[in-house]
Amino acid sequence: MTNDILVFAEIRDGSFKKINAELISAGLNLAEKSGGAVNVAALGGDIDAAIEDARKYPIQKVYAVKNAVLANYSTQGFADALEAVVKQAEPAIVLFGATAMGKDLSARVAARLGAALLTDCTEVDLEDGSLKVKRPVFSGKVYANVVSTNDGIKMASVRPNIYPASDQGGDPAELVDVACDLSADNIGAMVTAIESTAAGRKDVTEAEIIVAGGRSLKSEENFKILEELADVLGASVGASRAAVDAGYAPHSQQVGQTGKVVNPKLYIACGISGAIQHLVGMRTSKVIVAINKDANAPIFQHADYGIEGDLFDVVPLLTEEFKKIVEG
Amino acid sequence: MKIGVLVKNVPDTETKIKLTSDGTGIETQGVKFVMNPFDEYAVEAALQFKEKIKDDATVTVVSLGPDRVVETLRTALAMGADDAVHVWDDAFEGGDMLTNARILAKVIEKIGFDLILGGKQGIDYDAMQTCAAVAEHLGIPQVQIVIALELSEDKTALVARRRIEGGDEVVDIKLPAVVTCEKGLNEPRYASLPGIMKAKKKEIKKIGLADLDGLTADDVGSMGSTTKIVGYESLAQRPSCRMLEGEPAQQAADLVRALREESKVI
Ligand SMILES: Cc1cc2nc3c(=O)[nH]c(=O)nc-3n(C[C@H](O)[C@H](O)[C@H](O)COP(=O)(O)OP(=O)(O)OC[C@H]3O[C@@H](n4cnc5c(N)ncnc54)[C@H](O)[C@@H]3O)c2cc1C
Repeated sequence: MTNDILVFAEIRDGSFKKINAELISAGLNLAEKSGGAVNVAALGGDIDAAIEDARKYPIQKVYAVKNAVLANYSTQGFADALEAVVKQAEPAIVLFGATAMGKDLSARVAARLGAALLTDCTEVDLEDGSLKVKRPVFSGKVYANVVSTNDGIKMASVRPNIYPASDQGGDPAELVDVACDLSADNIGAMVTAIESTAAGRKDVTEAEIIVAGGRSLKSEENFKILEELADVLGASVGASRAAVDAGYAPHSQQVGQTGKVVNPKLYIACGISGAIQHLVGMRTSKVIVAINKDANAPIFQHADYGIEGDLFDVVPLLTEEFKKIVEG
Repeated sequence: MKIGVLVKNVPDTETKIKLTSDGTGIETQGVKFVMNPFDEYAVEAALQFKEKIKDDATVTVVSLGPDRVVETLRTALAMGADDAVHVWDDAFEGGDMLTNARILAKVIEKIGFDLILGGKQGIDYDAMQTCAAVAEHLGIPQVQIVIALELSEDKTALVARRRIEGGDEVVDIKLPAVVTCEKGLNEPRYASLPGIMKAKKKEIKKIGLADLDGLTADDVGSMGSTTKIVGYESLAQRPSCRMLEGEPAQQAADLVRALREESKVI
């Protein structure tokens, strides 16, 4: 085993996702302590552009498995390919994004390799050879400090938008093609289609700014006022479960326990009461704004800025104010 | 067709979580435990398959944990599951997810299922590890975070819709397989009164370490685990909320200025 850190790069539609640059920066911190290098595992079908992108980061090597079988994500195919990379690169630590792909793959590969696995971390550190992480548990009510206790390989998945994305720079990283026999026949679950639900906006888990609405929006139609604000800010639109269950917004936009966990730099909660199951999904946002007509709504206890008022008055005014800035 | 459902017993989201005085544990006294909400979708999906197939389909719920998980198993029986298996042994205490998955995989191997369903994650630790690791140990496919699921005519395959960032993946799955369920898959039913009465009388099968070939005390519980929780920390409190005063137009202008000049997020 080396002292190196391997970053599993998430590649979707041939592009190198932002989470990967965040993992590289988390990896560089760890590598400083372990005395190793950061390398990237790039797996997929047609991924040359993503590989070239990866090589621009301050890392040592990009281990690539290029195979048509990996054109779409499959747990089994990717697990076999990543296993091949791990056998060749012999990292001490493997980092994943705490995403649909990263969480799914890390558990499978960790089970296969007998690794220690720490999921959905908001902080990763190395102490006396152990991986030491912080992660929110119990609906985000507390953080757990968890350590690896094994001698062998350790893995962690890191929540998006926590670590700053690493800058590119330095000499291009070395490209290592890793041989791996893959056959579609051995994969029992195959993606046959990917259907976008994004409608031109970033997914809430990837957004820097989120404008979210609750039951108080009263209709799907009324969500338009949030969309107008989101358009000005380049933001995504989120929703409470009450709004989703009432059919005002799709579940793909739901934030919270039974929705998505988001971590934007700005979260604007419009007419959302701030139930614990909603808070678990957004309380790590850097700045939280709450607009609510009830001065006693719990959301205000978790917000940085509050406006007591009717969202139907306030939101259009905010849109106008932000427009002034954007249009300079 | 034999359908297995992995269910977990977790603290209700509404309960207050109190740390033990030394900060290394959670007070379980007075905490209300319920069936993990994502597992309710899994139980419902299993029952819907059974109702559709009719002929000799069975739904068996399996839970690993101390005695309190029996209540969750009875909830699933009351919803309509046929049998329940309680997996526990003092040696299992302190096991992490991957270790528990090794045990559950042995249990599943012993019973033999065509389809294993579970929730996408437990709302206690949000790990999303157990079901994937079970699938790996069984050497079968897994598809997680599923919001739609259909069984083929010949009952040997499934088509699933899996939620990912910004979209859905449509996945063809060969059985046997492990599938984990996300909100939106269905509306879990409530247990009926007769169901609850019947569930009370059902025998719950117990499985312990001695029943599982190839596992020793060293492989399970805290001994077999590769991770350890060393402590808990309370969340840092946000500074108190700054309320913006005045007419709505004033509030809006002040907010935008604050976001730009104070917190610099715009
Ligand atoms: C197991 C479980 C899982 C759950 N998962 C989630 C989850 O993932 N996400 C989630 O969000 N919830 C979840 N919930 C539900 C949660 O408990 C709340 O019911 C939900 O978050 C409430 O949504 P809301 O704030 O939109 O609605 P409400 O609680 O009804 O609040 C509406 C708010 O809008 C304010 N308001 C009304 N009109 C106006 C107006 N014109 N202008 C300004 N303010 C106005 C009101 O003062 C109130 O504060 C879950 C619950 C359970 C039991």
